[in-house]
Amino acid sequence: MSVPPRLELEGITKRFGRLLANDAIDLVVRPGEIHALLGENGAGKSTLVKQIYGLLEPDSGTIRVDGRAVRIGGPRIARRLGIAVVFQHFTLVDALDVAENVALGLDERLPRRELARRIAAAGEAYGLSLDPDRPVRELSMGERQRVEIVRCLLERPRLLVMDEPTSVLTPQEAERLFATLRRLAAEGCAILYISHKLAEIVALCERATILRAGRVVASLDPRTTDARELAARMVGPEPHAGEPHAGEPHAGEPHAGEPGGTSPRRPVRLAVERLSLPADHPFGVALDALSIELGAGEILGIAGIAGNGQDELLAALAGERAAPRPEAIRLDGRPIGGLGPSARRALGLVAVPEERLGHAAVGELGLPANTVLGARERLALAPGGVVRWARARAATARIVQRLDVRTPSLDAPAAALSGGNLQKFVIGRAILQDPLVLVAAQPTWGVDAAATAAIHAALRALARAGAALLLISQDLDELLLLADRLAVLDRGRLSPARPVAGLARAEIGLLMGGLHERTGEVVDGA
Amino acid sequence: MSLELLVAVLATVVTAATPLLLAATGELVAERAGVLNLGVEGMMLVGAVAGFATALATGSAMLALLAAALAGTAVAALFALLVLVLLADQVASGLALTILAVGLSALLGAHLVGTPVARLPRLDVPGLSDLPLLGPLLFGQDALVYLAHLAVPATAWFLVATRAGRVLRACGENPEAAHAMGCPVRRVRAGATLFGGAMAGLAGAFLSLAYTPMWVEEMTAGRGWIALALVVFAAWRPGRVLVGAYLFGGVAILQLHAQSLGLLPVPAQLLSMLPYLATILVLALVAGGRRAAAPAGLGRPFLPPR
Amino acid sequence: MALELERRPLPSTLWRILAPLLAVALTALAGLGLFLALGADPSRALWSFFVAPLTSLWGVGELLVKAAPLALIALGLAPGFRAGVWNIGAEGQLTVGAIAGGGLLLALWPLDAAWVLPAAILAGMAGGAAWAWIPAVLRTRRGASEILVSLMLAYVAQLLLSALVYGPWRDPEGFNFPQTRLFQVSLPVLVEATRLHPGVVLAPLLALLLWLLLGRTLLGLALEVTGRAPAAAGLAGFAQPRLVRGCLLAGGAMAGLAGILEATGPVGQLVPVLTPGYGFTAIIVAFLGRLHPLGILPAALVVALAYLGGETAQIEAGLPQAVTGLFQGLLLLFLLAAELLVHYRIRRREGASRR
Repeated sequence: MSVPPRLELEGITKRFGRLLANDAIDLVVRPGEIHALLGENGAGKSTLVKQIYGLLEPDSGTIRVDGRAVRIGGPRIARRLGIAVVFQHFTLVDALDVAENVALGLDERLPRRELARRIAAAGEAYGLSLDPDRPVRELSMGERQRVEIVRCLLERPRLLVMDEPTSVLTPQEAERLFATLRRLAAEGCAILYISHKLAEIVALCERATILRAGRVVASLDPRTTDARELAARMVGPEPHAGEPHAGEPHAGEPHAGEPGGTSPRRPVRLAVERLSLPADHPFGVALDALSIELGAGEILGIAGIAGNGQDELLAALAGERAAPRPEAIRLDGRPIGGLGPSARRALGLVAVPEERLGHAAVGELGLPANTVLGARERLALAPGGVVRWARARAATARIVQRLDVRTPSLDAPAAALSGGNLQKFVIGRAILQDPLVLVAAQPTWGVDAAATAAIHAALRALARAGAALLLISQDLDELLLLADRLAVLDRGRLSPARPVAGLARAEIGLLMGGLHERTGEVVDGA
Repeated sequence: MSLELLVAVLATVVTAATPLLLAATGELVAERAGVLNLGVEGMMLVGAVAGFATALATGSAMLALLAAALAGTAVAALFALLVLVLLADQVASGLALTILAVGLSALLGAHLVGTPVARLPRLDVPGLSDLPLLGPLLFGQDALVYLAHLAVPATAWFLVATRAGRVLRACGENPEAAHAMGCPVRRVRAGATLFGGAMAGLAGAFLSLAYTPMWVEEMTAGRGWIALALVVFAAWRPGRVLVGAYLFGGVAILQLHAQSLGLLPVPAQLLSMLPYLATILVLALVAGGRRAAAPAGLGRPFLPPR
Repeated sequence: MALELERRPLPSTLWRILAPLLAVALTALAGLGLFLALGADPSRALWSFFVAPLTSLWGVGELLVKAAPLALIALGLAPGFRAGVWNIGAEGQLTVGAIAGGGLLLALWPLDAAWVLPAAILAGMAGGAAWAWIPAVLRTRRGASEILVSLMLAYVAQLLLSALVYGPWRDPEGFNFPQTRLFQVSLPVLVEATRLHPGVVLAPLLALLLWLLLGRTLLGLALEVTGRAPAAAGLAGFAQPRLVRGCLLAGGAMAGLAGILEATGPVGQLVPVLTPGYGFTAIIVAFLGRLHPLGILPAALVVALAYLGGETAQIEAGLPQAVTGLFQGLLLLFLLAAELLVHYRIRRREGASRR
């Protein structure tokens, strides 16, 4: 071929301690191509991106840009080579405004007025309108991504890397993004599109490289490949994915028909009635008259883009923040709105927050201590304020055994566990208490397929046993898989819950983005 | 009170505010970059003794100030080494530095106690310093007073209007993001820390060469800590540091005058408490509302992954 | 050659113990260099600094007498430091403790009933706690930094003590010296020809008690969690404002105890400068002891030796008193630097990666 590939990786290897994150990766991206990099969490995608952008240095291997071998010593060098990246975890500074953030990633020094003009121009050309003077902390996730993309566009990139860009977007926003990307590709820009969502990749990309456990396992055309085969290659041939877990009955059947479907006769376990909470910090979200009714054996999913009140809802239900009226939250009819987390756990309401380390568990502390922290009340691990370490260890052993938590030892610090195993521990700790109500946020966020399957099975089993479950998740697929009913949280407001059976994705998407339109914000493009 | 007396009092307020202004401006820059250096008191002491000793040895005010700035910078470099390279806890390191600097300055200054030194020369602005009343106040001060007052608008301009200032703020607000954009976070933080050290050193030199031209052990008497409180009071904005420094300078002078004139029938020690009590009062009044203004990455260590 | 840091998957238990020892060794080494720089005969200086003080019963007694307040204060600070509560104004709490207890004794003078001394000790603890209550409330209610407030209050306390002993509390028969009367009661001396007082026994007992408290109770766990992961502490149901207040009050009470024990023990009256900065030095003791009650005891002995050595070296080797402060600062500095090895491995960067 006469035109050299825009990006060519050859034998890229990167090791962190004992972990081989990238093992001799080969990858070719051509001008005008939208190339998917597909893989599970932990497959090594982000590590690879960081090496392409000069944030990490490969241990060995060669990077070629436009046919020339290069050493990318830092982001500036990457940008000079025409490489731009939109990261999964945005690299914006909340306290700076849009223009300042854009300038931070530009090597050209522009007067502010010129910068604002170019931001406007790029916005107009690609349907990405932005106010250069707004502080980033006021922007929604979708708007933040726009800032990142505009920043990239101003560099006139020759290779644009998008790392899991749709994880924070509504389906509608994602469609708009795809249109932008297609246009860029048509103009000759090479695009490396990183995702684990198969549907997107089939719709968008003409080439896909699949990564598993740090290695390239396939390079193929996703449009002509069966989605099931893509998934199988991504997850690998190991038997664990989707298989029943030891000790847990297989929940092969969809949940919807199970214990009574959406039968109204189930006793109400958790009742939230017009719960309002002001934002507790300047950039928080206020909860606005939330009402929830959750029956025994039922799984209610709360969908929505992060930053729409999920953290606040979890804090309010867990008891980290007291409700203004005790009756605003009832557990089996009993007002608990004024109780703290410990008292609520004692009564049977257990919450599992999204952040595993630092919130659900403390990394430096051993597993038994973490068991005491989150489960002492119902398991009597610290009666009278004196910790019974023997009991705590025994309870920990049961958690480890029940959810097959892989840990170096029973007393290992929580930080020594992998993300998936720690999540299994945290969920197992909640389940061991036989909760009446379990509230869990992002229960499988960043967790590999095996652990996800184990956690899903455990959650289903818990619901079957009569507990009421409230799952707050950004992962719509997960909610559709598990939940009986679904409600959408948007800017602190909760939509009415709808039965999942017969609910179309597009409808949920509309709900997720619904309030954007209602508040009169300009919706551009599409 | 006559106009002359008022001007004279104002002049002493200026001198009381100057060391706070210097130290707080320096610390403000360090904190905006995300570095919480509690060692201001220590850096001031080392600067004070270094400036004093150099002035004695060379008779040159210029060299004395240079030595003070370098000494403050050296202590700050030690701090930077601890927290930026060795990733030590910032709070504990700041305390360690202060304890070390108190001892070091006492050791270095042991033979200097009681020796007189020439005060920093006044730099009159030709023509203007002869103006009646305000002339000496505004245009007849020493170099450090001018520097301290110029540093405030200069810092404000640097932080808001320059690219380097933007990068510095980004490093203090979100070091991970700044790093991902290719900003040299640790180098920026080191630079800001060293600047803070130089300013604290100069603040110390002002005390030992201008405010009370002599060397006494622990002569900073908590001004370094007050400067830290000033940064909180100022909500990390240079302009407000100016307001705060004058407020505290005013309190300090008020109690000095009350003491010397015997205006109040209370022991001198109780009046000497006023600056400290004022600091506590100010913190009690404003600190809660200031938390949102603090740089989001303040005190958070950052190690770029490699 | 490039060195790089690699975070250990788990903190190193070995280095947890070695780090303080390494810091002490490095400080001694730096001391050697310092003695050379000061023109002192290093071997003689080191001898007079570290060994000479321990060659007599009196010296050993003095070591314990200095170590006891350091240990008591550090024991009070350690739980707070574990929980991220930075009470650095223990010096002020110590001073106010001495003022409160001493004031009670002066008010009762010349009464010397059996209850007078215990009452004074309780008053001392209450005084220290009350002084610490100010930063506690200002932090939990007003969001003010306890670092700055407690430190400012240390200056205020010092001035208060000075105002009292130069003023209303001055000994009427004291030839105008700035000091109060000798107290009518004092701590008993445990061993003849020393100044050993019951505080010396109290420190290890309280250390043991604190060790049990931290290791066996929910409270100990709560402190651990509050310092490391405030969000996790909230979810666990630990009330942070109460913990913060508790840490500060307990620290204040312990510092107050140390203060009144000094005043009624070795000193016997109130003087403008009651201690050579025990309240500040105890911060170093707490860190050197790794914030562990049983680690604080040997740490207090090491730091007390530095005090004692500084005095001997001043007399015998002609070194300035300030050397002690410098040593203490260096010790903490080396300690913090050595802490790196607990969490990180240093390794040489492989040349192959540079291409």
